[in-house]
Order: sequence, then C-alpha cells, then structure tokens
Amino acid sequence: MMIGNNVLGILFANVHDERVRELTEHRTLASVPVGGRYRLIDFPLSNMVNSGINKVGVITGNNYQSLMDHLGSGKSWDLSRKREGLYILPPFGADGTQLPNRVGSLASISRFLRNSKEEYVLISDCDFICNINYADVFSAHIENKADITMVYKYGKVPSYSTNANVITTSPDGRVVEMLIGPSVEGECNYGMNMYVMRRELLMKLVSECVSRNRYDFGREIIQQNLNALRIFGYEFTGYSTMVGSINSYFEANMALMLPKVREQLFDVNHPIYTKVRDDMPARYGLGSQVSNSLIADGCVIEGEVENCVIFRGVHVGKGAKLKNCVIMQDTVIGAGSNLNYVITDKDVVIQEDRTLMGFQSYPVFISKGSLV
Amino acid sequence: MLPKQEVVAMLLAGGQGSRLGVLTRNLAKPAVPYGGKYRIIDFPLSNCVNSGIETVGVLTQYQPLELNEYIGSGQPWDLDSMYGGVHVLPPYQRGKQSDWYKGTANAIYQNIRFIDRYNPEYVVVLSGDHIYKMDYAKMIAYHKEKKADCTIAVIEVPMEEASRFGILNTYEDGTIYEFDEKPAVPKSNKASMGIYVFTWSKMRKYLEADEADPNSSNDFGKNVLPAMLNAGEKMVAYQFSGYWKDVGTIGSLWESNMDLLDPNVPLDLSDESWKIYSRNPAMPPHYIASTAKVQNSLISEGCNVYGEVDFSVLFAGVYVAPGAVVKDSIIMPGARIEEGAVVQYAIVAENCVVSADSKIGARPEDIENKDEWGVAVLGAGCVLEPGTVVPPKAMIDAEEVAK
Repeated sequence: MMIGNNVLGILFANVHDERVRELTEHRTLASVPVGGRYRLIDFPLSNMVNSGINKVGVITGNNYQSLMDHLGSGKSWDLSRKREGLYILPPFGADGTQLPNRVGSLASISRFLRNSKEEYVLISDCDFICNINYADVFSAHIENKADITMVYKYGKVPSYSTNANVITTSPDGRVVEMLIGPSVEGECNYGMNMYVMRRELLMKLVSECVSRNRYDFGREIIQQNLNALRIFGYEFTGYSTMVGSINSYFEANMALMLPKVREQLFDVNHPIYTKVRDDMPARYGLGSQVSNSLIADGCVIEGEVENCVIFRGVHVGKGAKLKNCVIMQDTVIGAGSNLNYVITDKDVVIQEDRTLMGFQSYPVFISKGSLV
Repeated sequence: MLPKQEVVAMLLAGGQGSRLGVLTRNLAKPAVPYGGKYRIIDFPLSNCVNSGIETVGVLTQYQPLELNEYIGSGQPWDLDSMYGGVHVLPPYQRGKQSDWYKGTANAIYQNIRFIDRYNPEYVVVLSGDHIYKMDYAKMIAYHKEKKADCTIAVIEVPMEEASRFGILNTYEDGTIYEFDEKPAVPKSNKASMGIYVFTWSKMRKYLEADEADPNSSNDFGKNVLPAMLNAGEKMVAYQFSGYWKDVGTIGSLWESNMDLLDPNVPLDLSDESWKIYSRNPAMPPHYIASTAKVQNSLISEGCNVYGEVDFSVLFAGVYVAPGAVVKDSIIMPGARIEEGAVVQYAIVAENCVVSADSKIGARPEDIENKDEWGVAVLGAGCVLEPGTVVPPKAMIDAEEVAK
C-alpha cells in the first residue's frame, strides 16, 4: 500500500523536447496535445495522483508558458491543496537556464528536494503514454528491498530511440546489465524512464555526479551503480507507447481508435485528468459522416471524418473531407477542403476548398496558428 | 460581519418536480441532466457568475443528496470564493421547533439570517427549472433605474398560449398593476419568468408579515407579490427576450434538448462570453466507429458509438452497440443501448441498460391515436430484459423493472 504523503513525484517537462521539434517549438514536450483533449503530462501526473502521490514537482527549463497555463493551480488533478500539491519548478539562479538533462535539472532543485519531507521519490519523464499504478511499483520496490527500481517494458525498441536503456534482469528481478542505445534485433526489455528511490539517495547520487561534472542520468546514476546498489526492474505489461518522433506522435494518436487501448488507458478507476474547458458536447450537423474517429467536446462536425483524432473546439465545415488526421484545438477546417495524413497544431485555419495530402510515413504538419 | 455584498441570489431548488415522474423520483429537479453534459441548475448558477453575482444560496429540500454533491464547493462555477460563493441551505432545526420549507416565501424567510450576514441592497430570487441565458446585472440596473421595490422578469409568449402562464398586466412605463395567474382571457402576453429582484429592506418586511399571517400559503406568487402590489409598492416588469424554456414536464424537457440540435433556436451554448459551466467528468473524447452513423446530434465525452444516432443527445459515457438505433431521444450518462435495440422518442436516464432487440418508444407518425403518443421514459438504473417493448408515453423505473 502506498502512503501518499511518503512519496514525492518529480516530472521532467522538457527532457526529450528535441525529439519532436515541430510540436515543441512553442511548448515543452510535457504540454504537447495528444488524444483529443489531453497533454502528454496528464498521463504521468494522473498516474501519480491515482497512486496516492499528493506532492508533485514539475521541472521545466524553457518554453513553459503553455505548461503553466495548462497546469494552473493543479486543481484539475486535485493537486491544489494546502498540504503539498503541485509545484512548478522553473529555472532558478543567475543564468536563468536549466541544463536540459535530468541530473542538471535535479541539481538545480536541490533545495526543493532537501526541503521535502517524503521518504521516497518517483521520477518520470513525460514521453510515455500509459496508465500505470505506481503503488504496485512502490510495493515491488519495498518487497525487493531495492535501492532503485526502474520501470521497463518488453518489446521492440522504437527505431527513433537512440539511447534506450536496454536491461537484463536476473530471475529475481535485479538489473544485472544495462546497455544504453545498443543496436538490438527483435524484442528486449527497455526502460520507461521512471524510477523509484529514497529521496536522500537521489540527492546523494546527484551531488556526486555534479561534483564530477557528469550529467548523464542513465550512465552515471544507473549503469555505474549496478553493482554498488540494488537496482531492480519492474515490468509494466499494460499498454504503453512512447512519443519520440512526429511519426510516433501520429501513431500514438491513431492507436486510440482501438477499443483495447482506450480501455487500458482510460480505466474508469484510474482516470486521466486534464484541464477543464467547459465546452458544450460535440455537435453533428445534417450530412455529417464520421467513422472510426475520436472526437472531443466543443467540436462542430458538418463534413466527413474518417480515422481522425479531433481535439476540442474544432470546426469541420460542410463537405470537408478529413482522413487520417490529427486536428488540434480550435482548428477551423473550411468547407470543401480535403485533408489526408495531416497534423494541424492549435488554432490553424484551413480555408475553403484547400487540399493537403501527406503520407502515412510522412504526415504533413501545419504549425500553430497558421492560415492555409 | 462579512464583507458587504450588493446582491445575493437565492435559488429555489427544493421542489419535487413531480411532473418529471421517474426522472425526479430520487433526484431534485434542478439536478436533472440536460443538454449532453449539464444539469438544469448549471444555467442559473452560470448566469449568476456571468452576471457578477458572487453569493448564491441554494435552497434544497426534496432529495438533496445528488444535488448537494453536484454543487460541492461550487468550484466548477467559480463559486468557491473566500467570502461569498455558493451555499446549500437545507431546512434546519432551531430551538424546539423545526420546519420544512412551507412555500417559496417561507424558504427565504427561514434564511433571513443568511442574507442579513451579507447586508445586501438587493436579493435576486431564481428557480431551478428553466433553461435560459440571462444577464441579471442588466435586470438589477433596470430595478435601480426604476427605483422599484420589486422587479419581475417577463417574456412575451404567444397570445394563444398566455393562459398557461402567470401573466403580468402593466402600464406603458412597465409598472405592474395586476397579476393574472393563468387567465382564461389574458389581457397581455407578458409571462412571469419566476425571476425576481427585490430591494432587500422591503422584501424582509413583507416576508415577516407573510410569516405572521396564519392563512398565507407562504408563496411568492400567491401571497407576497400580491401583498406588495396591494400595499402600493413599486413593482415593475423587466422585459427579457431570448431563449427561455420551462423544463418541468417530460415533453418540455425533451423539446428543450431537441432545441439544441436546431441551429435556428437562439440558445448558443458555445458562446465564449457566456459559458455555461458544469462539473465535467474525466473521460476521453467520444469514439465513433466505422459501423456508426451519426447525424444531427449532440454527443458528449466518453461515449462509444457503433450504431445509428440521429436527432439525439448523448450524455457522457453512453454506449450504442452495432446495429442499435437511437433517434429523437435523450440518453443520459452511462446508459447502454445494446445490439438491435431501437430507441425512438424516448428519454433513457442514467445507467440504464436497454438490452438487445428492445424497443423503446415510437414515432408519432406510427401511432394512430395521437393521444396515446408521448415520449417514453426509463428511470435511472433500469436494466431491461432482451426484447423488452416499452410503449410510447410509458414511464418505467428500476423498481418496476425488478418486479
């Protein structure tokens, strides 16, 4: 049983920003919109809250305006509280920038870590979409008397991932070997960038790294300590997908059409929370034709939509044809336009009778606020 | 003493709403779901906030559990403020006696202390059974401008329907000289909307006088307003134009939901400047499968639609199986319509299961005797056997189904 007050959650908002440059031009990876109404951070944040964690620090380096706007007081995740709650940790100090790596970021919040009273920390990136019960990870951590527990999944390492942490575990679950970015054929165990350990241990390991000017979390904190520390793996077997490229972003959205994926991700007992917008329900007009699509509140659908994820407040005009598209918030698709394999960022306007065609392996991306 | 509030709104939410039958068996009328994601009370509450009224008392009495839970801290409407905010006010014991709210005026009378704490100039009295968007601030400004003691909002209704309403007869300057409750021969078409602005000092006096009168039924419309008029207080009508609908009957509740599907009806819920707030469920966007056919409908988050939906309103988390048909109907949160079921002209309340091949309701054109036609209603939690037929106009609740 996880006692909420005893685990501190830490999320890295900017780590991996460079993987999806198109989407992170004006925002952090954490605030990339996904799945019709969510941002990537909603998944780890809700998972933490659902697992009983009620203090979460979100470390952010740059481009974090959209993240602040999204998180607000943390109310939507029940993290607006007198005791603990949500802490946004922007760069602090003379140079005003945070090192874009986990060790540097953790070093920069050493005061926050020191002043927290939770015995354990759970640290996570924001690049995995999954619904994981961290209470189970924590129980395994205690049961194994582990110093560090890292969450991994079994599967094929995504081709765009250059520095996957591929691990080998002993029968009792201890990590005996970890390779960083090896070339592996077929399936293997690779890390999901989520770790549980004692807060004191994390602080000690980070300060040791910094004093030696070493900033690679995987290499210096995990790989170096495989013998010195009891590092265990926890296999997550539920649905998960990593957002690491614009293609994988597209696929992650499309995967939501599968009932099995939605069932696992949007478990009614462990809901994924997000900022509330108070839109009215989606309206379908006369002659609308929708199939195999995910459609959010506030949309007005008057055209044809097939295999699409349509975010909140999108307007699809009469006679417009959308196929295989991800259309973000408040985009307007003009009447008679024809789109296939297109990702539009927020607030895009596609005027009447425009045609945009991408390809499955190369969806066309239209950046925020563009007028086509 | 709390900081002074110029205006306090009092929302009468205690009525049973018996004309809604099974829908209000275990639920207060203001908590009845409406429009795919709202409850009726979202409208007066959102109107208050959008009009700048920060202090709202909600008077509850009948089946308050779900309503209380829904209002909670008032956070969804920004009514969780430091001093004002929304307060649920049930009847309570005092001294040796305890009283249920005997009537609308008595409900306010019993909460005089609540209102006095804010020392307001004006009190707005609202009810929880209408769908409309209205700027109460404009009405209060009118009340001030006319130096009135009581202002009553009115809406023009078609003359031939006027005898169904409480009609106000006014002079040209808007001053009321007569109340005409459901007149056989109406003299005007100005119907009272049940929205009142009172100057608090005056209202307080009349509430106390009304309470002292043992023959009074302690009702605003029947007792307090006529008493004020007879005493020569300045009472004016404030004309409202726009969408306003009483959703107190099955027929009108159904119609008002269908109005949302009609682009010509002037009730825009997507207006950024006048949002209707509600408590939002944490559910993913809805999914429309390739076997589905959806047109002319309002669909909320968490739905999974595999069948046919036309001219309908689907609330959060509704499931429509492949081969199921939902037409001209309202399906409330969490209901399941299973394979081959046909739901037409019906209201299916929360968490019902319409099992395979059931038939709920019928189209009016398929019924010979039009008197037998009406919207069919399934109360919350009904689980039907496969192949059940529920005729039009029928009303069933979960207990009857269990038998």
